[in-house]
Amino acid sequence: MDFMTSFLAAAVVAGTPLLFATLGEIITERAGNLNLGVEGMMLMGAVIGFKIGLITGNPILALLAAMFAGSMGALIFAVLTISLRANQVVSGLALTIFGTGFSAFIGKDLVGQVTPNAIKLFFKPLEIPGLANIPILGKALFSQDLFIYLGYLTAIILGIYLYKTRKGLNLIAVGENPGAADAASINITLYKYAHVLLGGALCGLGGVYLSLVYVPAWQENVTAGRGWIAVALVIFAAWNPFKALVGAYLFGGMDIIGFRLQGTSIQISQYFIDMLPYLVTIAVLVVVSMRKSKKNAPPKGLGVPYFREER
Amino acid sequence: MKKALGLLLVLMLVMSILVTGCSQPAKEEPKKEEPKQEEKAPEQKIKVGFVYVGPIGDGGWTYAHNEGRKYLEEKLGVETIIKESVPESQEAEKVLNDMIDQGANVIFTTSFGFMDYTEKVAKANPDVKFLHCSGYKQLDNMSNYFGRIYEARYLSGIVAGMKTQSDVLGYVAAFEIPEVVRGINAFTLGVRSVNPDAVVKVKWTHTWYDPAKEKEAAKALLDEGADVIAQHQDTPGPQQAAEEKGVWSIGYNTDMKEMAPKAYMTAPIWNWGPYYVQEVKAVMDGTWKSSSVWEGMKDGIVQLAPLTDVAPPEAKDAVEKVKADIISGKEKIFVGPIKDQTGAVKVQDGVVMTDQELLSFDWFVEGVEGKIK
Repeated sequence: MDFMTSFLAAAVVAGTPLLFATLGEIITERAGNLNLGVEGMMLMGAVIGFKIGLITGNPILALLAAMFAGSMGALIFAVLTISLRANQVVSGLALTIFGTGFSAFIGKDLVGQVTPNAIKLFFKPLEIPGLANIPILGKALFSQDLFIYLGYLTAIILGIYLYKTRKGLNLIAVGENPGAADAASINITLYKYAHVLLGGALCGLGGVYLSLVYVPAWQENVTAGRGWIAVALVIFAAWNPFKALVGAYLFGGMDIIGFRLQGTSIQISQYFIDMLPYLVTIAVLVVVSMRKSKKNAPPKGLGVPYFREER
Repeated sequence: MKKALGLLLVLMLVMSILVTGCSQPAKEEPKKEEPKQEEKAPEQKIKVGFVYVGPIGDGGWTYAHNEGRKYLEEKLGVETIIKESVPESQEAEKVLNDMIDQGANVIFTTSFGFMDYTEKVAKANPDVKFLHCSGYKQLDNMSNYFGRIYEARYLSGIVAGMKTQSDVLGYVAAFEIPEVVRGINAFTLGVRSVNPDAVVKVKWTHTWYDPAKEKEAAKALLDEGADVIAQHQDTPGPQQAAEEKGVWSIGYNTDMKEMAPKAYMTAPIWNWGPYYVQEVKAVMDGTWKSSSVWEGMKDGIVQLAPLTDVAPPEAKDAVEKVKADIISGKEKIFVGPIKDQTGAVKVQDGVVMTDQELLSFDWFVEGVEGKIK
């Protein structure tokens, strides 16, 4: 593998936890709920998924457990913000703190444990015949593990769901203008709950990818701030799952490009590279607000609790 | 009404986290063996506090300190209290005062960033003894202590230099500070003492603790042809990268054998236990005096973890021999002639680098591929 291919392959791997978390947050925000608990839900998924994987040795069960844990975190947030209409920012931050503590507490006995071999084998890189032979990109995109393919699939399905199905369009309406959606007899509470929980499940998947497949051993605080990058990525992707697919791998690449450049003739300060994801997000924000394009703007109802009586 | 209930729930959530997060007495004292220790117990009740910068679950730096604490409890039967993940900020001062309120009279602060806060609290509490790890400030009731981990890194370099087939080694480095630079240089000198043609490639991560990122740095090194990975961070991420690639690795902080059984050869490790016992015992006997300790393999603070079967068989004898020389003081490691990366002689033949020079190391020796800054 030459420099470019191995870099791209590594970028896809580094971008995968970001992808799941970003997709989760997109779906949550599309329902009009700004959940800043991504980091917490990722950690909850990471620890529960890892623990179940360790006990059962079954990769499917581990993934399901991670999704369940992530959505349980989201449920706390959902009850607070949807039913009780609490402040979304505060609730989300509390969820991050809670999730971090929860994962450390559950993970106490898991320290130093390694992913069982059965699961490691399950997530071994698999080449997709034909596609893997495309020059440069083929090896990077189609010689990866099953989890990464699941990431492509999830992004595409969510994109189709959001833009091509009636339910997806309803969801967009709920996020944009819940009052109007309510008038069109869309069940706002149900939509919000379902998608906040789904978002949590996806964040849980992002977390368990780190602990079970990527690292693959239990370490406290294994996400190390990736949840926050995901929150930035949502803005970068303009709440669009397809753009999230590109954005996640781009941000994954930015995360690791520093190591690849050290030792080559190109000298860029590592500190500058560490800033890149945030700089790019700010740049995108500026461009979006300058163009005032409705397509790239956040859902109008984002962060505002919905009261039918105030309609 | 519902809003108020929601706010209340959020508050409760936050409170419950704060409460569980507060320092609790470690409940790991071996209850059964206590009677044996009892007779040694002194008049003054000793309570030892430990302030950690990370979680015990890091499996590295803080884990090693906590092992030392457990050893201390087991040997002396004293009561200890801990606080994990303390930020290197004003918060540390609060934690220290809190521990003193709880009756702690000996406190270990185990990260560089705690130095100034430890000093401040030490001045206000002359009856409490403070021991600060990896700093340089000293008061009548405040010691500083650290270990010469570079001695063990030199030994691990010998193992790595014998094992490598590509003559390219990878070093996942944390920050551009003298401690890390010193470690890389010692490792490289060790490698080249047995394999003069080998080079050590360095990648900076600017993290102490990010398993995924550190693994990624190791993968970049492996893609550049390295076949032995060494590291300075507190996570086993780099070990995992070597394991997956089917090559070899040198750990750090603690024995990381289980993390990468097919790759791991050995690790420079910390062994704080004996030092903690010695100091607390001195406090008990009333003979404690503040000191500035920078000791190495001679005192056992620093060790090389046992070589695994993955390590080359001939390495064992070589390591034992050099280890004996280090302990006897015959092998000083940083002794001239030492050339820098350009090949110019930096340290003249026979000259031993002083501690002051070691503590401000800011250049790489010949054989390192990488840049500081």
